[in-house]
Amino acid sequence: MPPEISLTPVPAHARHGSNIGQPLTRRDGVLKVTGAARYAADNHPPGMLHAVLAVSTIARGRVSFLDVEAAKAHPGVVEVMTPANRPRLAEDPDAKLHPFMFRLELLQNDEVRYANQAIAVVIAQTLEAATEGVALLAPKYETQPARVGLDASESFVPAAVGVGNPSAMHRGDVEAGLAAAARRIDATYETPMQYHNPMEPHAIVAAWDGDALSVDTPSQGLAMAQGRIAGLFGISPENIHIRSPFLGGGFGSKGLISGPQLLGILAARLVGKPVKLVLRREHLYGPVGHRSASRQRLRIGADGEGLLTAIDHRAKVASSTFDDFFEPAADASHTLYASPAIATSHEAVRLDTGTPLFMRAPGEATGSIALESAIDEMADACGMDPLAFRLKNYADVEPISGKPFSSKALRECYARGAEHFGWSKRPLAPRQLRDENGLLIGWGMGTATFPALMFAAEARAVVRGDGSGVMETGAHDMGQGAWTAFAQIAADALGLDLDRMEFKAGTSDLPDAGIAGGSAHTATAGMAIHNAGAAVIAKLADLATNDQRSPLFGAGNAGVIARDGRLFRRDDETRSDSYADILGRAGLAQVEARGKGAADPAAQSSYAMHAHGAVFAEVKVDSDLGQIRVTRLVGAFAAGRVINPRMVRSQIFGGMIWGMSFALHEQAIMDKRSGRTLNANFAEYQVPVNADVPSMEALMIEEHDPHVNALGIKGVGEIGITGSAGAIANAVWHATGVRVRRFPIGLDDLVMPRSH
Amino acid sequence: MKNFEYVRPATISEAVAAAAEPGAAYLAGGTNLLDLMKGGIVRPNRLVDISHLPGLDRIERLPDGGTRIGALVRNADLAHDGEFAKSYPAIAEALLSGASGQLRNAATVGGNLLQRTRCGYFYDPASACNKREPGTGCDARGGENRLHAVLGWSEACIATHPSDFCVPLAALDAVVEIEGRTGRREVTVEALHRLPGDTPEQENVLLPGELIVAVRLPKEARTFSHHARYLKVRERTSFAFAVVSAAVGLRIEQGTIWDARLALGGVAPKPWRAHAAEKIVEGCVPDAATFRRAAEAALADARPCGDNAFKIELAKRIIVRALTLAISETAERVAALPGSPFAPVAGALHAS
Repeated sequence: MPPEISLTPVPAHARHGSNIGQPLTRRDGVLKVTGAARYAADNHPPGMLHAVLAVSTIARGRVSFLDVEAAKAHPGVVEVMTPANRPRLAEDPDAKLHPFMFRLELLQNDEVRYANQAIAVVIAQTLEAATEGVALLAPKYETQPARVGLDASESFVPAAVGVGNPSAMHRGDVEAGLAAAARRIDATYETPMQYHNPMEPHAIVAAWDGDALSVDTPSQGLAMAQGRIAGLFGISPENIHIRSPFLGGGFGSKGLISGPQLLGILAARLVGKPVKLVLRREHLYGPVGHRSASRQRLRIGADGEGLLTAIDHRAKVASSTFDDFFEPAADASHTLYASPAIATSHEAVRLDTGTPLFMRAPGEATGSIALESAIDEMADACGMDPLAFRLKNYADVEPISGKPFSSKALRECYARGAEHFGWSKRPLAPRQLRDENGLLIGWGMGTATFPALMFAAEARAVVRGDGSGVMETGAHDMGQGAWTAFAQIAADALGLDLDRMEFKAGTSDLPDAGIAGGSAHTATAGMAIHNAGAAVIAKLADLATNDQRSPLFGAGNAGVIARDGRLFRRDDETRSDSYADILGRAGLAQVEARGKGAADPAAQSSYAMHAHGAVFAEVKVDSDLGQIRVTRLVGAFAAGRVINPRMVRSQIFGGMIWGMSFALHEQAIMDKRSGRTLNANFAEYQVPVNADVPSMEALMIEEHDPHVNALGIKGVGEIGITGSAGAIANAVWHATGVRVRRFPIGLDDLVMPRSH
Repeated sequence: MKNFEYVRPATISEAVAAAAEPGAAYLAGGTNLLDLMKGGIVRPNRLVDISHLPGLDRIERLPDGGTRIGALVRNADLAHDGEFAKSYPAIAEALLSGASGQLRNAATVGGNLLQRTRCGYFYDPASACNKREPGTGCDARGGENRLHAVLGWSEACIATHPSDFCVPLAALDAVVEIEGRTGRREVTVEALHRLPGDTPEQENVLLPGELIVAVRLPKEARTFSHHARYLKVRERTSFAFAVVSAAVGLRIEQGTIWDARLALGGVAPKPWRAHAAEKIVEGCVPDAATFRRAAEAALADARPCGDNAFKIELAKRIIVRALTLAISETAERVAALPGSPFAPVAGALHAS
């Protein structure tokens, strides 16, 4: 096996104190811009065959015929995998042993539960032959009517939403609060189905050697993928080696290994040769998750002073017919605004679609655009400036729980963002601003929030005899900069310069780094790295302070500080000892230690932990032609300690652009009769292009949080969408006076406003 | 994908002979055809690669004042030809508003005339589509048809022609030079595309094997250069097909519009020349009421085919806007956001 990843060496760099906080450029940047970074589909082991999925064109029913003979007769086709010959699995793909295990379509039968479900796999010498083999299968179906859209089946109350959140929560008496209100709004907002659409489609190269399995595939959760494969195939996790050094985006769709990836492994098992399977763009619209559509009704009341009396947020979402994932959209109202009465609830329908799954800010993004629109409507109903209204109802404790916040620099976010944007010049009424060409200008804002989560991770630290160090954890670089930010944490943890330390990540044989999800990866794996470093330094300190030949002998009580490859006596920095000397005298080639990162249950039960932000948007609108263009976006975010401000700004920008996409562009267009997506390509599933992205600014507000974790990290992966989408929607209203409550806002909404 | 024969003829007559066989398709830039083949929407037996044919990549100024554009001239090369852009600013703007830089570098003039619709049902082989498979029906009727046609559609097909380039070509009476087995013939761009009627699979008047070798702009076309615009409305600023677009050329002297050209894109199964609207503004001093009357006339026969009534009103407004913008002298440089109703931003995309 060649070296798995060879990052650009970090040149000796001027460093001011800690590595943490430095705006280093991406260590994998040169590899990526030169095309040398090897993504999963770039692998071509000797003898490799190509597999292509045959997918269902119906959304519900069963496959009654596949012309396997025709496909196999095509030159180059080696095998066709169907339910008839698919290798046996040790576990039923429909088993659900825990809530985080999702049911998969692995050719277990001829049932079709959504369009684009895999119904066969054609394996061939070439991609072209496999593709034609798929066409030759010419499936026949017994078709039942598809149930698509939020009104297509009977609604019910799900047992839980998100990951085990209660479906309904309340504090105080919402009906009484509404009854007592001087002003009320009651508005319903709709958001569309969205698909993750990472630039890199799900891809896998799988090779079996007996019961040992080698896999190249993008993963946001290597250990979970390894465990899932082990369970399904009945092999030991240690026998599964997964490489995922780089992901071309994931956004949640690569958090759990998907059915098509597992079909690649099954195909390799069937033919006894390495197999590559890469999803076509249109195949992503079904088996790898999506964001459910939602319909959200918000009833809000405020008294004569503009103080909230009640927030009632009810969301209707959808899951598949065969599994449970309910977008926790209404939960967005739990944490932001200090209403004495808050109620959130969810109802759901089951549709003939793939199972919706975690998609960047699941629930938070969907709920935020509705909540922030509604708060804007409420401010307007009270005749108040939207920022003044939000400040009036600022939550000093978490409204739904009454817990204090571990830290909350949202006031500073509001103040800095508003100042930077020039918010104080905003006229209260809509349709007051025009540019020199007569285009309407609107200013809107939204509050951003995302929970500061932590999962569980491990890391292993080594200090070698030559004084250099190694830090290992199976972390995932989805493009967010994990290769760089974790190395910065590791260098500080080991007391070494970055160029004296090797950071290993991205493979399943390394310690479990948890999952790159929930905006928790930096905090969780970062803490594992921090603790592993501390543990190995403690071993070095033990050796030195107990060694009579060391300048640090006897310093045990005073303690030592690790810096620049040396330990310094805390109370006398003229006395120090190098790592190399400590190990050399002890006759050790290296010392190693492991560390864990996990949430602190005591802190979690005492504090509400969230990142916050404030986003201010300017739009220009040609109301005659319905054209909307975002011209400025300013966000101010407080998310605890920032490991690498360059990476963080990039993450925040990505989130804010997604917010723009949510408000103005993105939606899956599904035929209600067939259940097939009609815009499963980048020409028609529109996300912003560069020309749509305006001047953007992301201001990071300093925030020290002693409770979330020792490093004070909150995470920034998802918060950027929240707040931004609503801010843009509110700016469109402020420009035009037209309140659009169905997203994305389209040309037609302004050319022919519909009544709601 | 389906195996196919690949031939690369050396001459136009070889190409025509090779492409006259059933199941043959011409390959030039491939920006549309290859996508259609990968999706299984078209499955040719033979690709006749004309991209190496000599002599088809020139932009020629003709002795009579017209311009002849070889069919293999790339969209980007045409748009960035300074003399061409100055003479036909609406065409340059239309070209630059289309697709992406990469696609414009590959796409050819001839191929662009023949690009297929973006109807999602046409692109979905499992849907009924009379254009893709005659006689199967039209799932776009009663389906997701917000972006479909409001003019010229039939019960058999409601798809739109997606081209930007064709819209000013139709407005300017461009002529297509066609090479076939029986020799050379010419049709206007306006007459090149058919309305669907009962045979939406027949999208144009080309006979099997016929090859577009050039597009010619008559000498009158450059008389509109001082008052010409292409306006394209879409939900994304770039890399999106028009929801509705309009090309306008006016010849104004002493404050009177003596000659007007107007065509619409994105509203019909073909680039839609609005002759009646032209007549209304000709001979008039420009004013908003006249423009609105022209717009009403252009859309007089329009009717929604589904959830797309807004496109009728939008088309009227775009006509008014495009006429209004065209009254002003054409800008020296194409705007940084070509075709966008948003104000020109400093910074040119091509020399003019």
